[in-house]
Amino acid sequence: MAEVIDLKDVWVSYGNTPVLEAVDLVVEDRDFLAIIGPNGGGKSTLLKVILGLIKPDRGSVRLLGDDPKKTRKYAGYVPQYISSNLDFPISVWEVVLMGCLGHKGPFRGYNEDDRKAAYEALKVVDMLDYRDRQIGELSGGQKQRVFIARSLVTRPRLLILDEPSTGIDSKRQREFYELLNRLKSEIAILLVTHDMSALSVYVDKVACLNRRLHYHNSKELSPKDLEAAYQCPVELIAHGVPHRVLKVH
Amino acid sequence: MFEILQYGFMRNAIMAAVLASIACGIIGVYVVVKKVTSLSGGISHASFGGIGLGYYLGVNPMYGLVPFSLLSAIAMGITSKRTKVAEDTAIGILWSLGMAIGIILIYLTPGYAPDLMTYLFGNILTVPLSDIYLMLALDAVIVFVVYAYYKEFMSLCFDEEFATVAGINVERLYLLLLCLIALTIVLLIKVVGIILIIALLTMPASLSSHYTKNLRKMMYISMFLGALFSITGLALSYTYDVPSGATIILVMSAVYLLHFVYHAVRPRIVRA
Repeated sequence: MAEVIDLKDVWVSYGNTPVLEAVDLVVEDRDFLAIIGPNGGGKSTLLKVILGLIKPDRGSVRLLGDDPKKTRKYAGYVPQYISSNLDFPISVWEVVLMGCLGHKGPFRGYNEDDRKAAYEALKVVDMLDYRDRQIGELSGGQKQRVFIARSLVTRPRLLILDEPSTGIDSKRQREFYELLNRLKSEIAILLVTHDMSALSVYVDKVACLNRRLHYHNSKELSPKDLEAAYQCPVELIAHGVPHRVLKVH
Repeated sequence: MFEILQYGFMRNAIMAAVLASIACGIIGVYVVVKKVTSLSGGISHASFGGIGLGYYLGVNPMYGLVPFSLLSAIAMGITSKRTKVAEDTAIGILWSLGMAIGIILIYLTPGYAPDLMTYLFGNILTVPLSDIYLMLALDAVIVFVVYAYYKEFMSLCFDEEFATVAGINVERLYLLLLCLIALTIVLLIKVVGIILIIALLTMPASLSSHYTKNLRKMMYISMFLGALFSITGLALSYTYDVPSGATIILVMSAVYLLHFVYHAVRPRIVRA
């Protein structure tokens, strides 16, 4: 089977400002990869390129073996929710059912299979009891689970998350990463985050992005990578062997 | 009081109020949750050009309105999505452009434009049967399209980015929604007129959001409120012989204000 994500020599710029330079990235089945990097380093742009929302100036982008415009509906996508439309009159159940949208057409309402898939997805993220709540009534962590459930209803091979831990307290964050940890036995996960604390424990591979992607197909980054990415010396303390981002140095 | 129902104009007026409330209840909810109030106001004013076109061509201005309001809706949607012009700038430009075209066309039309004021401020008591049929047809189109695209519209309003990734052509769907707003405006023109439409479009929907967090129920509640306010306003305007469009808007605004004050004050009274 083809790689889940395959980027070759991708360049993107906004006007004269380069945002991504010569990015190569391969994600395979059941990879759990985190991309970290400073704000403005191109993390969100990279996700948009992977999903075919931005066309790169140069380079090739394959998602699930084909043009992302065709295949993105088979990937689970969890967008960044800092100030989403919280007043919106929609229940948790309706949000999760929305996950089936890509495989429907006009006039075709959600059917028994869709409802079954939504039920299962809510069970996986442990939010079944909340299904009749309005989305705005939930806490940040609960909302995040609901949006993950929405992306799981179609049983994707890949889950893409943009800054998933924003607005979640640290206890909930642990639960959240444990949920991802359970999911990774079946699907590939790509997450973009600035939250380094969770990385070392749960993530298998780490890449660092600041226009250029520093990635060695492993979870180790050299201090040199981080320095290049953050453009200043970064002091990282590796807690508790064997979970470390930095090599012993 | 009930003998006035014998009059054909009164029966037409009540039918017009009900037909307007159907479109206004459904589309008003989208206008409120998608936050496109000023864009809708823009389409409404720009469609004045269509009225001018109707006069100029010597046809029922309603037939000039339908294509012209659709055109302004699409122009606004495309300008704000595809060009670098900021959305509110695009709205402002097309708003005035439409009105300017309307004024020139009416000026160029020989003779006097008979019920110009009706189109600007509405007069539900003068709605002819032919307009009732047009309103019925527009309602049918609106209900049909919303029925077909209900879940797509919901995802568009709630989460455009997700809808895009799910393979929805968000731009086309957005333009479709703007077209429905344009048709709703045509439907409402005889009731409250171009200038007052935006209140009728937003107030019932905004009130309904206090009573439910379900999109479909919001639509039903705002349909009911729209009909209630329009018929109350109609009765008051007939009784006191004042303009109907403005009376409807005043009734609605009074209820809205009272509702707002009640909800702002009540928590303090309960605490005291």
